Amino acid sequence: MFGKLTLDAIPYHEPIIVGTLAVVGLVGLLLAVALTKYNKWGYLWREWITSVDHKRLGVMYIILALVMLLRGFADAIMMRTQLALATNGAEGYLPPEHYDQIFTAHGVIMIIFMAMPFMIGLMNIVVPMQIGARDVAFPFLNNLSFWLAVSGALLVNISLGVGEFAKTGWVAYPPLSGINYSPGVGMDYYIWALQISGIGTTLTGVNFLVTVLKMRAPGMKLMQMPIFTWTCTWANILIVASFPILTGALAMLTLDRYLDFHFFTNDLGGNPMMYINLFWAWGHPEVYILVLPAFGIFSEVISTFTGKRLFGYKSMVLASGAISILGFIVWLHHFFTMGSSANVNAFFGVTTMIIAVPTGVKLFNWLFTMYRGRLRFTTPVLWTLGFMVTFTIGGMTGVLLSIPGADYVLHNSLFLIAHFHNTIIGGAVFGYLAGFAYWFPKAMGYTLDEKWGKRAFWCWQIGFYCAFLPLYVLGFLGMTRRLNHSDNPDWNIWLYIACVGAFIIALGIACQLIQLVVSYRKREENRDLSGDPWNGHTLEWASASPPQFYNFAIDPRVEDIDAFTDMKEKGHAYQRPETYAPIHMPKNTGVGFVMGMLLTVAGFGAVWHIWWLVIAALAGTLVAFLVRCYDNDVDYYVQPDEIERIEDAHRTNVQLANAMKA
Amino acid sequence: MSTTVLNPQVPAHQAQRHSAPAHAVAHAHEHEHHDTGGNTLFGFWLYLMTDCLLFASAFATYAVLFMNTAGGPSGQDIFELDYVLVETFALLFSSITYGFAMLAAQRQNRSATLTWLAVTFALGAVFIGMEVNEFHHLIVEGFGPQRSAFLTAFFSLVGMHGLHVTAGLIWMLVLMLEVSKRGLGNKTRIRLNCLSLFWHFLDIVWICVFTVVYLMGTV
Repeated sequence: MFGKLTLDAIPYHEPIIVGTLAVVGLVGLLLAVALTKYNKWGYLWREWITSVDHKRLGVMYIILALVMLLRGFADAIMMRTQLALATNGAEGYLPPEHYDQIFTAHGVIMIIFMAMPFMIGLMNIVVPMQIGARDVAFPFLNNLSFWLAVSGALLVNISLGVGEFAKTGWVAYPPLSGINYSPGVGMDYYIWALQISGIGTTLTGVNFLVTVLKMRAPGMKLMQMPIFTWTCTWANILIVASFPILTGALAMLTLDRYLDFHFFTNDLGGNPMMYINLFWAWGHPEVYILVLPAFGIFSEVISTFTGKRLFGYKSMVLASGAISILGFIVWLHHFFTMGSSANVNAFFGVTTMIIAVPTGVKLFNWLFTMYRGRLRFTTPVLWTLGFMVTFTIGGMTGVLLSIPGADYVLHNSLFLIAHFHNTIIGGAVFGYLAGFAYWFPKAMGYTLDEKWGKRAFWCWQIGFYCAFLPLYVLGFLGMTRRLNHSDNPDWNIWLYIACVGAFIIALGIACQLIQLVVSYRKREENRDLSGDPWNGHTLEWASASPPQFYNFAIDPRVEDIDAFTDMKEKGHAYQRPETYAPIHMPKNTGVGFVMGMLLTVAGFGAVWHIWWLVIAALAGTLVAFLVRCYDNDVDYYVQPDEIERIEDAHRTNVQLANAMKA
Repeated sequence: MSTTVLNPQVPAHQAQRHSAPAHAVAHAHEHEHHDTGGNTLFGFWLYLMTDCLLFASAFATYAVLFMNTAGGPSGQDIFELDYVLVETFALLFSSITYGFAMLAAQRQNRSATLTWLAVTFALGAVFIGMEVNEFHHLIVEGFGPQRSAFLTAFFSLVGMHGLHVTAGLIWMLVLMLEVSKRGLGNKTRIRLNCLSLFWHFLDIVWICVFTVVYLMGTV
């Protein structure tokens, strides 16, 4: 009846897990009580859960990312404290089987359920607006993608309380991840969580490619798309070109585990290295999927806050393209030690080094944009400057690792861990946090508190160096990754420093949470009436904050890369048209949510081999989809009188804002 | 695929609160901004490209593993080219008949569309039936996917294509029901077009399977 699931699956004898679950349950209960007390359940369902509005979905993606950031960071700080305590042969407080789950969960959560939703959330909020579109090409599909991401995140978190998570590291290499060496359900949670959310990501990639290729405002040529939209477009190309490989690799691993196939087994001709090749053929493009949009954010931030046009727009677009293409022919550098021939390793080493060239082009473009500009030192700018220094160091250690000979020494050492945190935190995460501060007023209608934002930045920046530079040293001293405890007095001091660094980053995260509370309480005085708080260049700033639900009452006419600056200069901005036409809009739908939750159930059933549940949930998913297909009541028209009222209110607000400035 | 196809004809009688001239404006505007039929087809085509990469991964894996027979049979021992040729022709002809169904749909000929879809369905079912029979045969002989990495890769690649064709058949049934109940409206024709892309795509993939797995496996 319940497959492998028994009451023993609940780890009630583990105090840390029980404590965590109690806190999660308490927070959930408080939320539920608050929602009931303020009678907000209906609002939540009608306005958010069922929403097909790309801006709302973007906000929900970022909420998901922030929640998962807290979860992933809790894992991180547990690892650092364990390693700081478990020196000189001490055992520390985390037994190996628990510790192994923690580092696996940390990697999976931070990449798949923190960074990806953060990036996709910003893309959702901003890209349709930057190209002057009313929504994405397939709004329902967009909602479904979001709920598939949530579904994967739910499975990872359910594994905390029911059963276990994978103990293989986030890359889950076979044969360790095969059924013989990982007989538990942890690997199965990993597989289904990644599979479900990965399909959602693929659909997002398709959706946004159609959006930018087919739905740009009249007049906007491809080479006039804002730079953030361009970098997201490259990322989407990478998504549709690489995520299917992950889907395939995970499906093969599934067959190995569930049906005794021999793709990656040690016996009967299986080849574990094939998994590793497929995994990184997805995995390497994946890191560019994460970082390219961040590069776009830095470009927008630098050009906005220097008040200048971005230097070298074309080279920026082309450099992103070059990085995207090169990103597909470097995957083997993750396992030079596989022992391919010297020529093969040399090829992948050289292509890896070449990536530094277009990245360098970008860095110089940002520097030249700042040159002779009047830089306003806001929080997004601080993140950008912090990125430029930090990422450069990470990039240089990357070039160092790209030399196969050096890699043989440093492979799987903490030097590697330091390198990729240096690029992913210093590149992607700093970028998202810059974007968060930059576009927050657009999404929420008020600006974030600068004081707490800057405190957060400095804690992150100092904490990052303190936590990760010691890992470079430890790598040289011979410490490998995924160690549970150590017994080498030379390492101790560096492990202590790294632990202190993690706590400084924790302060940074605390500052950001305080920033949100403070900003919310001061929302009236920090309200963004104009919709254009930073004197922005691109079309998202032409709307109100938060934007009208239909984005643009009239299709904007685009004549320049910095379309909104161009409009402001020509006096076309905020013009009142003589008449408004009705606007065709999609209706909200709960089908995406229902499908996402049913697939969560199907995934849970598959993890525990409860096959009737899997079949029922999949059938339910199909029925929900067909119901949606044959529902004709999916759209409506916004009438001109309503549009006129909304637009007039916005214009009054803009005048008010201008008067206040003067 | 996506169901966000907004049929311009639908809202006119859907009791929306707007007058006739307002709708005319909206209609014109919509074509400018919400050309969803074209978007759907293009989006579906992009999805097919992702599917193509999924097949590419399976092909690459097959190429790596096909020599690892682990003492079991190789392709030469188990493939029956004549049998697979019949299977292949069933699928190839189903592409042609699907084309006829599309031509009939363009002419708004409902019964001809349904007839050709039925013929296509029958040919697809023959293909799947023969494939299942081949698999069954092999498994009974002890040459199931658990026997060796070669057989794992073979069953997975061919089986993945078979699962796609099965999904296509189910989709075809649903669309036949739709055509018979609702006729050949704009929305239905777009869906028929998507399935058309899907069906021809599977045909092309099969030609690669036939060449790489069966032909190159026997010569």
